[in-house]
Amino acid sequence: MISLTPRKEIPLTLTLMTPLVAIALTLVVGAAIFGILGYDPLAALYQFFIAPVSRPYQVADLFVKACPLIIIASGLVFAYRANVWNIGAEGQLILGAMAAGFVALTWPNLPGPVMMPAMIIAGMLGGLAWGMIPALLKTRFNTNEILVSLMLTYVAVLFIDWTVRGPWRDPMSFGFPLTPMYADAALISRVELPGIGRLGQLHWGVAGALIFALAAWFMLSRSILGFQVKVMGDAPRAGRFAGFSPAMVTIMVMGISGGAAGLAGMVEVSANIGQLQPDISFGYGFTAIIVAFLARLNPLAVIIAGLVVALAELGGDSAQIALAMPKVVTGVFKGILLFMLLAGETFNRYHVTFSLPHRARMQGDSDA
Amino acid sequence: MKHLLKGIAVGLAALAVSTGAAMAEPLKVGFLYLGTPGDHGWTYAHELARQKVEAHFGDKVETTFVENVPEGPDAARVTRELANTGHDIIFGTSFGFMDPMLKVSKDFPEVKFEHITGYKRSANMATGNIRFYEGRYVQGIVAGMMTKTNKIGYIAPFPIPEAYQGLNAFAIGMREANPDAEIMVIWANTWEDPVKEADAAKVLVAQGADVMAQHTDTPAMLQIAEKAGLHGFGQASDMKKFAPNAQLFSSVNDWSHYYIEKIQQVMDGTWSTGEGPDHWAGNTWKGMADDYLVLSAFENMPADVKAAAEKAAAKIEGGYNIFTGPIKDNKGNVVVKAGEALNDGTLWSDIFFYAEGIQGEMPG
Repeated sequence: MISLTPRKEIPLTLTLMTPLVAIALTLVVGAAIFGILGYDPLAALYQFFIAPVSRPYQVADLFVKACPLIIIASGLVFAYRANVWNIGAEGQLILGAMAAGFVALTWPNLPGPVMMPAMIIAGMLGGLAWGMIPALLKTRFNTNEILVSLMLTYVAVLFIDWTVRGPWRDPMSFGFPLTPMYADAALISRVELPGIGRLGQLHWGVAGALIFALAAWFMLSRSILGFQVKVMGDAPRAGRFAGFSPAMVTIMVMGISGGAAGLAGMVEVSANIGQLQPDISFGYGFTAIIVAFLARLNPLAVIIAGLVVALAELGGDSAQIALAMPKVVTGVFKGILLFMLLAGETFNRYHVTFSLPHRARMQGDSDA
Repeated sequence: MKHLLKGIAVGLAALAVSTGAAMAEPLKVGFLYLGTPGDHGWTYAHELARQKVEAHFGDKVETTFVENVPEGPDAARVTRELANTGHDIIFGTSFGFMDPMLKVSKDFPEVKFEHITGYKRSANMATGNIRFYEGRYVQGIVAGMMTKTNKIGYIAPFPIPEAYQGLNAFAIGMREANPDAEIMVIWANTWEDPVKEADAAKVLVAQGADVMAQHTDTPAMLQIAEKAGLHGFGQASDMKKFAPNAQLFSSVNDWSHYYIEKIQQVMDGTWSTGEGPDHWAGNTWKGMADDYLVLSAFENMPADVKAAAEKAAAKIEGGYNIFTGPIKDNKGNVVVKAGEALNDGTLWSDIFFYAEGIQGEMPG
């Protein structure tokens, strides 16, 4: 008989160990799967985790890939800490990209110092507005934010699809669903250091992502808002006694996580694509959920978790090129990682005891 | 004199060895796939062509493919990765790879880039395409003769020039064979989505279509037709095994001729982007006459329909321009005047109309 008893205190070492053990187990299971599929497990792991960062420009690629994940996950941490389950970051990202795109396409002649801040604000507001829909429906009508935010993602996908095929389509694109290219002032430039030159594809949005994660960490650990979020998540009753409004907290965290996703959309399009097209995100909003949990809902750890997950994504391509391994293996890998993390979370929160049922009865063990 | 001869001999030997070494070094060819070869359609056709490239060149080439490449920044990264790992020529097999490849091509002037179905070129990026619409003209003739309800279903992907070329060529062929037949179009807004494609097919069947054509990539529509005892045409690859009784024929894309030709040019040092004063002339765009587009066996049709299909195919291989005026749109306006015809350039810009026989209004 296996029984789970909640731990009263979770030791810090356990908290830190869980993601590491989960990653280690993912590697072991991954290696076994590679072996079964007929690949040399060590060569496959090498292609997945080492080859993608064996050259300097590839390290830059890693940060570029992690950039939207870090921004989105830093925002999602607020929601998940408060037990508000925003699953719709993907849609919020799209709306943010569209709002920023609206600025870039409507006023292409804005000077750089006006254009960039305007696009950043528009991007955040776009994502925030999309996040407000499930937030208000939850606080007003007690709807389920998981369903509403998820379903709104599909609405967002259709919305951008319609705009780039219809009203925003570039008249010079032969009917292909693309907006005109953004003006130079609306593009986030590549990092170029004096004496060194460009660092691969590294762009200034990556620096922004790191600052954003730091700011999120500061807000969560040092501000009253962060305190409210944590109290409402851990002990909602205590929070209400303290006079915190659950509705207000829900609206705040949906706003923050939506705004972050919108910012990620703006950065991704301005730095890497340069125009709106039907597909702009490729699931960053969903992958960021794994990142947030891998980081154990800590914005500083989000930076590392974002890089780890981005590495697995790059590794999937590298394994394809070097070993002709199918791309779906990357998805399997992500799935195993999330599974291991959630399993680890259980062992983290609960004390597990094994006992024989009759002995338990004989001793009158109430845990059985 | 003796020394001189000896020197020449040694020199020749060294030259032979060095060319031998150069020959032994295989040309590395990279492919970006939008989907997986398991789609049995678009990407599968590219995969078959890649295998033909390997069979044709043997040890002289080494090919790599990357599947499921999203049409955005990842396409740029994967392209760059292929360029960085020593690939000499890289084929991007989807329209959405255009701008990402264009960007990367500028960073790797020594690598050759080949973009399929697009229109932008650079100093080292060429474009290539197949005249898919030629097969659809033959489909239209067969559909017009086969239909009993005079209602033809057509599943279209996105409202882009390629789709209008196909749809209008189909309508022109259909009306030549049967002036009473009408086409019901559903824009699926996808290239590859078996669920959406099947739903569209079910709607068309419910509205009375007894022959269906598709410009989307999976066999889903044909499977519906097979179940309902109706007929349809396969797309990109031969889909006979999914609908042995329903498939009239498939328009099969054979990219191998294009790939082999372009790879050979790189080996010979004669590769070029074809860019010149006339943009569209530089686009490698071939069809049935050059076996870029191949029609699979004409099946499940009476002998007279088969004879008409063969006649139409021969006419196109002989160089017939399907878009020769007069062509009217479905409101009766003349869109191509008698004595005029759409050419390789105007087929991309002046093709946005519904030819006679297509029901409804254009999207957008």
